[in-house]
Amino acid sequence: MRRIISVLLENEPGALSRVVGLFSQRNYNIETLTVAPTEDETLSRLTVTTTGPDRVIEQITKQLNKLVEVVKLVDLTEGPHIERELMLIKLKATGSQRAEIKRTVDIFRGQIVDVTSSVYTVQLAGASDKLDGFVQAIGTSGVLEVVRSGISGIARGEKVLSL
Amino acid sequence: MELLSGADMLIRSLQDQGIEYIYGYPGGAALHIYDALFRQDEVKHILVRHEQAAVHMADGYARATGMPGTVLVTSGPGATNTITGIATAFMDSIPMVVLCGQVASTLIGEDAFQETDMMGVSRPVVKHNLSVRHPSEIPEIIRKAYYIASTGRPGPVVVDIPKDMTAPNERFEYAYPKKVKLRSYNPAIRGHAGQIKKAVDMMLAARRPVIYAGGGVILGKASSQLTELVRKLGYPITNTLMGIGCYPASDKQHLGWLGMHGTYEANMAMHHSDLILAVGARFDDRVTNATEKFCPGARIIHIDIDPASISKTIDADVPIVGPVDAVLKEMLALVKDSKKEPDAEALASWWKQIEEWRAFHGMRYETSPDVIKPQEVVEMLHRLTNGDAFVTSDVGQHQMFAAQYYKFDKPNRWINSGGLGTMGFGLPAAMGIALTHPDDEVLCITGEGSIQMNIQELSTCNQYKLPVKIINLNNQALGMVKQWQDMNYESRHSHSYMESLPDFIKLAEAYGHVGIRIDRKEDLEPKLKEALAMKDRLVFVDIQVDRFEHVYPMQVARGCMKDMWLSKTERV
Ligand SMILES: Cc1ncc(C[n+]2csc(CCOP(=O)(O)OP(=O)(O)O)c2C)c(N)n1
Ligand SMILES: [Mg+2]
Repeated sequence: MRRIISVLLENEPGALSRVVGLFSQRNYNIETLTVAPTEDETLSRLTVTTTGPDRVIEQITKQLNKLVEVVKLVDLTEGPHIERELMLIKLKATGSQRAEIKRTVDIFRGQIVDVTSSVYTVQLAGASDKLDGFVQAIGTSGVLEVVRSGISGIARGEKVLSL
Repeated sequence: MELLSGADMLIRSLQDQGIEYIYGYPGGAALHIYDALFRQDEVKHILVRHEQAAVHMADGYARATGMPGTVLVTSGPGATNTITGIATAFMDSIPMVVLCGQVASTLIGEDAFQETDMMGVSRPVVKHNLSVRHPSEIPEIIRKAYYIASTGRPGPVVVDIPKDMTAPNERFEYAYPKKVKLRSYNPAIRGHAGQIKKAVDMMLAARRPVIYAGGGVILGKASSQLTELVRKLGYPITNTLMGIGCYPASDKQHLGWLGMHGTYEANMAMHHSDLILAVGARFDDRVTNATEKFCPGARIIHIDIDPASISKTIDADVPIVGPVDAVLKEMLALVKDSKKEPDAEALASWWKQIEEWRAFHGMRYETSPDVIKPQEVVEMLHRLTNGDAFVTSDVGQHQMFAAQYYKFDKPNRWINSGGLGTMGFGLPAAMGIALTHPDDEVLCITGEGSIQMNIQELSTCNQYKLPVKIINLNNQALGMVKQWQDMNYESRHSHSYMESLPDFIKLAEAYGHVGIRIDRKEDLEPKLKEALAMKDRLVFVDIQVDRFEHVYPMQVARGCMKDMWLSKTERV
């Protein structure tokens, strides 16, 4: 099963490489990884998505917790949560394609954020499967470039991950 | 407040941390630090001949005393030479601080002379590493390094120190912090009371219990608590190679150690048990054999300071995260207060079964009228030193024989690289102990392969007059490799012979020591006595032992705990 693990990390040089190194040393998967400072500048928030049997996931959270610079973590997939990913996608857009693309972007509630005579750049946010669905709907032949942010997530309701 | 340079602050911090000895080797990036060392005499520096040996020395000291060891080296090759030593300490959770010089911060990233990214290189084999970014941080970083190295599950900590951080002309206010603040590092200080209660209930209800203790008992200084609990319950106990000495080997409740080369009775008892109390052990592959066949009828209670050790390879029914000494103490109190007693009848029949196993095999080997058996050398050493020596070892058959036939009744006396299996560990580890234990016997039981991996340290031993007794069980082969080739590769001895061995006697003499060669059985006892009688000399005893001996018992690969070879021809 896919898991989303959200980590509060000391915002120190080298801390991120410890997290990434741990995954490769112990042969764990990383599907996506995002990291940025939080409102408290001494902390970074890191979100990693991974897959594996329950025993491996348990090891991943324990091994992450063991890193001296990991302050706190939560497996978001254990409870109700919201997950979002941002995609920027550059599409070939000439002639009749332009109207077609515009319609599809509207259906997926995306935005065209840059336009040239032959190219549309589209921004789309949502759960990862929605982004996959958009690319499928457009058809890969029209896609020039795709940039995805990787997943960010947050728990629903009152629950917060903070100090 | 005092004003000190970074280098002086570093040395003062070591003094304030109570560090008596550091082991190291100088070089460009560490020269400011070496100058600061020169101008004081509280912290004593031991100059090794190779940086790997400095780390093993610090490691041997740490294993014997439970105190963190300290190493000082320069950048680049000095730092990379420590890696095997650091990895050795990491695998066995040994507390240690390794101070590494680094090129000046202004040069980092420019492929400067002797620049190596030591933070990156060491990262997978350290508990933590820290880099100095301003000289004024040095006292706090040193305090943190020792704190992290020696609390929770201990381990090595590397401190990377760019040369400009120790420059003599810049001075800062010095104060050694009394406390460490680390919001992200909080090792458990006690176990969960509910879990402990549940565990005790299970233990008292067990019919075929066994206690399986590991190196964590020694690291956690919990031998006395463990011994008291085990005696109170009357249950059988086995321990891992790393746990040797955590419970007296001469006691009748002790089944010897378990696993790949463990005793028949220990492996049998584990396999047939209905309850395993694992204390500070990590169900490593050299213990469990095939995990899917591991102890099918046993429920498992697992106590460890490191949550990640629990249910890593074998699922625990009752996990208890906490310091082993505190948890065992609570368990003992509950056992004493409990109205329930262990089922005497069940326990008696369990012991009867175990005694049958013990009688069936026990530890034994075939003696010969003329060839010296490595096992008998170890047995004789045990007798001649009253079982009271510090014994370090290297890796191979000699290591297994030493662990099997020297019966340790005390913790911290059996010193070996269990997790990484580092040949070359034995001599420098023995040096670290000899330096700080001048009144104790320190033996290094080694092989002619392993000893040559750090043989240059004979020079250090001469400089500091370290009277280690090197017992070279010379089988003229990489014996353990050869044994595997005998068993799995139809005796194709690919590169497992040691050809062109040096004359170890002359070699020892060249380094200023005494060398004794033993190749006749009748000389064994008198010459060992002669060697041991030379209290203040290093003696290199080169003993020609049986070249064809194998280590038994040996678990059958990919089998369960009880599948073993008991000799070259007996398989159970
Ligand atoms: C640094 C290192 N290299 C290789 C090995 C693999 N190895 C394990 S035991 C062994 C043979 C050791 O020979 P020796 O020291 O003579 O001991 P013996 O088995 O003959 O008693 C080897 C090569 C190792 N453990 N460590
Ligand atoms: Mg040998």
